[in-house]
Amino acid sequence: MATATTAKPAAGIDLKAALKEAGFAALVTLGLCIPIIAWGTRQNMDNVLVLDPRWDAVAWAVAIVFVGRFLVALRQQQKAGSKKPPIRLLPHGTLAFFQRHSRLFSVFGLGFLAAFPAIAIGLAGWGGALKWVDNFGVQILIYVMLGWGLNIVVGLAGLLDLGYVAFYAVGAYSYALLAKNFGLSFWILLPMAGILAAFWGMLLGFPVLRLRGDYLAIVTLAFGEIIRLVLINWTEFSNGYAGISGIPRPTFFGIPFTAADNGFAAVFGLEFSPLYRTIFLYYLILCLALLTAFVTLRLRRLPVGRAWEALREDEIACRSLGINTTSTKLTAFALGAMFGGFAGAFFSARQGFISPESFTFMESAVILAIVVLGGMGSLWGVAIAAIVMIGGTELLRELEWMKAIFGADFDPTKYRMLIFGFAMVVIMIWKPRGLISTREPTAFLKEKKQISADLVQEGHG
Amino acid sequence: MEVFLQQLINGLTLGSIYGLIAIGYTMVFGIIGMVNFAHGDIFMLSAFIALIFFMLVTAVVGTGAGVVMLALLVVLGLAMFFTSLWNWTIERVAYRPLRGSFRLAPLISAIGMSIFLMNFVQVVQGPRNKSIPPLLNKSITLIESTTYSVQISYKQIVIVLTTAILLAAFWYIVQKTPLGRAQRACEQDRKMAALLGIDVDRTISITFVMGAALAAVAGVMYLVLYGVVNFSDGFTPGVKAFTAAVLGGIGSLPGAVLGGLLIGLIEVMWSAYFTIDYKDVAAFCILAIVLVFMPSGILGRPEVEKV
Repeated sequence: MATATTAKPAAGIDLKAALKEAGFAALVTLGLCIPIIAWGTRQNMDNVLVLDPRWDAVAWAVAIVFVGRFLVALRQQQKAGSKKPPIRLLPHGTLAFFQRHSRLFSVFGLGFLAAFPAIAIGLAGWGGALKWVDNFGVQILIYVMLGWGLNIVVGLAGLLDLGYVAFYAVGAYSYALLAKNFGLSFWILLPMAGILAAFWGMLLGFPVLRLRGDYLAIVTLAFGEIIRLVLINWTEFSNGYAGISGIPRPTFFGIPFTAADNGFAAVFGLEFSPLYRTIFLYYLILCLALLTAFVTLRLRRLPVGRAWEALREDEIACRSLGINTTSTKLTAFALGAMFGGFAGAFFSARQGFISPESFTFMESAVILAIVVLGGMGSLWGVAIAAIVMIGGTELLRELEWMKAIFGADFDPTKYRMLIFGFAMVVIMIWKPRGLISTREPTAFLKEKKQISADLVQEGHG
Repeated sequence: MEVFLQQLINGLTLGSIYGLIAIGYTMVFGIIGMVNFAHGDIFMLSAFIALIFFMLVTAVVGTGAGVVMLALLVVLGLAMFFTSLWNWTIERVAYRPLRGSFRLAPLISAIGMSIFLMNFVQVVQGPRNKSIPPLLNKSITLIESTTYSVQISYKQIVIVLTTAILLAAFWYIVQKTPLGRAQRACEQDRKMAALLGIDVDRTISITFVMGAALAAVAGVMYLVLYGVVNFSDGFTPGVKAFTAAVLGGIGSLPGAVLGGLLIGLIEVMWSAYFTIDYKDVAAFCILAIVLVFMPSGILGRPEVEKV
């Protein structure tokens, strides 16, 4: 914890100093643990709260922190002598390799994504593949798409939006209500959900976009909460907490995925399996996500895309160069909202049931975290962050074997979000600019060169 | 009239709690320009710490009418200390390495910390509501009427009084002591303050500690007022307190208290006269309206743009 001893000469290892720091860290841990871990609260048979002492857990926590801090302190002492890494002009290491061959990686990545259901079936069989395609494939791709959508707002235009989930909710409820009440098809409602979400984006964006930085963040957060609270309370419209169930599922261009005679399996002469619908949904969200990426890549080359990036770097310079900042921001906001709406429509069609529970602030925070952790503006980074964060937490559901170590009442899913939050902090400290944090210029002289993250300075806006 | 008076009392009580939390937001924002998202969860954590200490203390001294006040005082002190320790550690581990990094990094770190704290408490204390037996149930009837009598309960008196006393002490620290001067200096220009020999890191640490101590007071008050706490109770009061800080003008201490009282009053009045369902919507709408028409809040200084 204390950093006072890092200035020691590098020669030799000062065990005493390391022990001192470890002891201090352990003492702090003991202090942190005393009330909240040392006594667990529990309702007894008479419904009265009683305390269970848990000093063994405290001892474990203190011991782990002591040893961990001791090792870290030793490592710091070793490194103290070596000189600081220089600031680099160009990306280096694995990142540079990755970017030099980004075209190759893109082809590989797309090939893998296209073949993913087949790979899953091959490895896990027909029964096991459903879980992999649905929980990993579709789930991660939804977040990739949301991340790429929000990336337009946060990564390109530099507007901090903490209420992105509102547009996701608008898309989801548009599809659910219109499909259920008017019987419109998924393919008509998908663009409509996007347009409605974009419309809401403009409606909300117009008054607030003249605010700067953190104020904008708070107002978008407030709007996200308002939409959720209205969905909860306006029961005649949205059925409140109970949510909307029985939402029509998407069809394969008119052929439903059911076991009936006119169902997908029967029409194509296959044996019925719920897997077909999941695979169809998988390819659907894959196409939607790729559409988002394609539009983003193309827009970056248009004047409006360049204006976004200029706005992110320096708003005042933009204004003095005659860029209409309000309309530039508004287009970014509306476009981001539109992709959120697409994703929302897909989400409600996939789930068949939606409720305000799916659109909490936590969801916005997770999407924003994916964008920032990935490295703002980088499509690759956002995709990797989505895979790591969402795939990682989904993997934690699979940790049944840990019951063998920690006993039968150990429930790994309980720790899912705990680890998620912790990972967010750790990644931020390790790479504050995100996993892939280079800037790729869209306008260049002769040759396109990437700039290292060390050189990038953020403007305010 | 009676209804209005009663709601005024209730609103001021609730507003005191929001105001106490809002100070933590406004100070941290003022000094390092960061929205400390985990502050609402620090408040929730403090309520849990208070709950545990309250049970430990009352197990020793019992719950007699006289000793409860004393027990609460002890619990208040302990909760303030341990919550401060938590916030101190969080600042050290999660925010300090990101100082001088780009704008969004500490915000994301704070959101991560908020998710972590919420789930940490859920894991170690369980997901159920935790309740304590009701305290200080007596109340004073101010206006006796056949249809509606206005009452002020002992706990409301305790809450408003404690808030007032602590705010006065706090005001004194920030305005009159060398420590407060250092804080205000860091708020204006961190680099210049460091050049003049102020330990900026230490000052920021102390700011976090003070914010957490006041959040802990709010946590104890919340526990006394409602008698029940849940791991997810941090988010909504946290957002409302932040709303209060922005409403009052972020960076301004009297503004935070004023904003807290206003938000509390709006919420209570809205529930009394309109519908209880949309009370949070009302608070957030007012936030949006204030920011759009008065971006620097009620008591805040307008932001000067420098090129």
